[in-house]
Amino acid sequence: MKVTNIPFMAMRKVVALFSFVLVLISIGSMATKGLQFGLDFTGGTLVEVAYQEAPKLDDIRNLLAMNGYEDVVVQNFGSPTDVVVRMANAYTPTLGDEVLVTLQNKGDIAVSLQRSEFVGAQVGEELREQGGLGMLLALVIVMIYVAVRFQFKFSVASVVALIHDVIITLGFFSLFEIEFDLTVLAAVLAVVGYSLNDTIVVCDRIRENFRIMRDTESYDLVNESINQTLGRTLITSLTTLFVLVVLFIAGGEAIHNFSLALLVGIVIGTYSSVFVAANLLLAMNVKKEDLMPPPKEEFEDELP
Amino acid sequence: MLNKYPLWKYLLILFVLALGLLYAFPNLYPDDPALQVSTQKSTAVVDQRALKKATDALVKANIEFKSVEVTSAGGTFRFNSGADQLSAKPVVAAALGEDYVTALNLVPTTPEWLSSLGAGPAKLGLDLRGGVHFLLEVDTPAALRQKLEVASSEMKAALRKDRIRYRNVDIDDGVLSIRFLQEGDLSSAEDLLKDEFDQYVYRDRQEGSDFYLDVSFTDAATKEIESYALQQNLTTLRNRVNELGVAEPLVQRQGSNRIVVELPGVQDTAAAKRIIGATANLEFHLEAGLDDKASDIETLTFRDGSGRTARLERDLIITGDSVSDASSSFDENGRPQVNISLDSKGGKQMSKVTRSAVGRNMGVVFIEHKSRSRFVEKDGKMQEIRKSYSEKGIISLATIQTTLGNSFRITGLDSPRESSELALLLRAGALAAPIYFVEERTIGPSLGAENIKLGVNSAQIGILVVMLFMLVYYKVFGLFANISLILNIVLLMACMSMLSATLTLPGIAGIVLTMGMSVDANVLIFSRIKEELASGVPNQQAIHSGFNRAFTTIFDANITTLLVAVILFAVGTGPVKGFAVTLSLGIIISMFTAIMVTRAQVNLVYGGRKNKKLYI
Repeated sequence: MKVTNIPFMAMRKVVALFSFVLVLISIGSMATKGLQFGLDFTGGTLVEVAYQEAPKLDDIRNLLAMNGYEDVVVQNFGSPTDVVVRMANAYTPTLGDEVLVTLQNKGDIAVSLQRSEFVGAQVGEELREQGGLGMLLALVIVMIYVAVRFQFKFSVASVVALIHDVIITLGFFSLFEIEFDLTVLAAVLAVVGYSLNDTIVVCDRIRENFRIMRDTESYDLVNESINQTLGRTLITSLTTLFVLVVLFIAGGEAIHNFSLALLVGIVIGTYSSVFVAANLLLAMNVKKEDLMPPPKEEFEDELP
Repeated sequence: MLNKYPLWKYLLILFVLALGLLYAFPNLYPDDPALQVSTQKSTAVVDQRALKKATDALVKANIEFKSVEVTSAGGTFRFNSGADQLSAKPVVAAALGEDYVTALNLVPTTPEWLSSLGAGPAKLGLDLRGGVHFLLEVDTPAALRQKLEVASSEMKAALRKDRIRYRNVDIDDGVLSIRFLQEGDLSSAEDLLKDEFDQYVYRDRQEGSDFYLDVSFTDAATKEIESYALQQNLTTLRNRVNELGVAEPLVQRQGSNRIVVELPGVQDTAAAKRIIGATANLEFHLEAGLDDKASDIETLTFRDGSGRTARLERDLIITGDSVSDASSSFDENGRPQVNISLDSKGGKQMSKVTRSAVGRNMGVVFIEHKSRSRFVEKDGKMQEIRKSYSEKGIISLATIQTTLGNSFRITGLDSPRESSELALLLRAGALAAPIYFVEERTIGPSLGAENIKLGVNSAQIGILVVMLFMLVYYKVFGLFANISLILNIVLLMACMSMLSATLTLPGIAGIVLTMGMSVDANVLIFSRIKEELASGVPNQQAIHSGFNRAFTTIFDANITTLLVAVILFAVGTGPVKGFAVTLSLGIIISMFTAIMVTRAQVNLVYGGRKNKKLYI
């Protein structure tokens, strides 16, 4: 791939507006609709069963209602023969077993248990707190690391880019009402790691160029740095996206939302590493004095 | 000279790779479904004779098995399929009888020379092999309450002995309140108790014309009781899980008052839950005489549903904690009974009490601590309110014929199941504090198998796509990167095996994701080399500075991702932890393979040769 010369930074105002709108929509959706928290976070009971042949969901609903289980959600899960029954909080831990017995006793189609889960309300709440805390902790540590290795402006730029990615990924899940469970949280945290990786590569090039091209204006220098790293950014994102698409299609229902979160996050992360972080650096008026005196190249000796 | 590695570097790389291959190798051998036969009893041994009985039964039932062997842990039957294994379990259990525990298991088929080096396959998480995961919370307030109840009877006895008059004693919310009518009694009681019982905080208050002494545990005592309760419950749960005969169970403390129990391969969750969660205990009481004080007597109903009641002394002879062994069998009339042996302390106590009580009745009381939860809407949120209570019932009331010693039997149980579960619970010990389930996950074995299949399939397709792309885009260098990628996966599997880390479905996803990301380092290096070449730098110089200049970038980018993975490991549970493990291992290993191993290949092929054309 030839090094391109696209005037990315000429579009900075338009792009900033675009990002701003996306973030607003995401926050708006999360404020009004919230996230569709899964069982892991809300607590409750879930039973997944596999039928020999596809059952009528209405029959299952009626059967359960007849046995006194109201307020249950019965859905297909992945395939027409797999059925998930979800129940809200107000039940006991043995409920999953009872529901299974009820379904099995009906007896015209063979039913087998795939999984049953019960999560106490307390545990769910703790997980939500822990998840949020983990996310904040990750951001703070990343900010400190980048501030030490680079400079404070870089650290603000990359963390804002991260928050941007996380908010938009969460917004996507909120807007399209996709279930947000523990694996999705893991994926969002992985997006933090991934998008950071991308942003660091760009920042690293900007830092390097500040040292080599001493006479170039910050604006041109940032633009040049993005162009230089563009090939790598696209190829890496592409290989990762290949893998994720495969996971999304062939990985099974259990990691469906997980791979979806990563797909969205990585697309956004790639976009933000090109546009958001660099944009912010310019907005904060980054200049070569910020990186002077240059930090020692302490890794020179360990080179392979 | 440029782009030449010293010999030792090649050797080091080869050594690491050989080691990786060796430890990753066992993962190619799939586990055999197996039945593990063991015994907890001293009267029974797992030997050839016992196994012969089981083998005969299997042959008769027409169930094929691969092999049978005796090890120090017991006997192992290997089967060709999970279906054979499942149908064999009841057959073997019936043939061996009650003294043996039969458990479903997966046993490795690692060749001996490999396992003698400590190599074995990676452990599969519950989501890949099926099983049950429980998260239990220990009801520590209940443990405190139980301790206060014991303290209250001791304190009452002390007060009575010193003839200090009190009205009544109440326990509420961790506080024991003794009510006095006169201030003088209160102060002398306070002096006496402070002197004799030092683990408590004392406070007095006046309400109307009554004087109260509030007694509660000191903070240190509270902590000690709570941690003892947890520790004791852990031990008991371990015993019970062992009694269930599950292979490779996990019983582990989590946080300040929770316990995780994982039982791979267990199918009958209802039974597992009944045994694990049961808080049953036994108490032995003498029947009350006619002249006993009303406050020393407790009237209890029989558990047989007849509605009969009996008056028992509140003082107890022994509890189920003194039981050293218990087994269930049938009496002469074919009714279930439990044979009990007591430890020496319990035996002494029993014979001391019964010696002077021949001819009187002794009642065996079955106590179950239960909790009931209700959900109440409060501030728009559903809140769980848990109330614990105990159910007491007499299972037998029989005349003491003679002085009882270390062993005796109890009858009057409802069913063989009840007698065998009671025997199991007595053997395994009682829980120091009630527990309740806060989380439960059951994964059926078929779902586990499906998850493995899907995970492995998508991983394979993922690798192929990435490798194809690299080959097309970077040609010979792409080939180098692909070889490094394969070695990356081999090393990752080796590390998982060596650390006996657990592989979960998100863990497989983590591996797949690392593959996407691990080519990143090579992409960074290669694009640098291309850049150098484009600016007219000679080939060797281009390779050299491509690797060098990409290094800091790779380092910074990977360290930050690693930091995030570590946080993920710290806050996550179960599957998420699995994901964090593979992700962080993958990052570290990819630094080695993408930089060192790729460089070694490049050096071998291109190093030191002038003007050879680079296919990149």
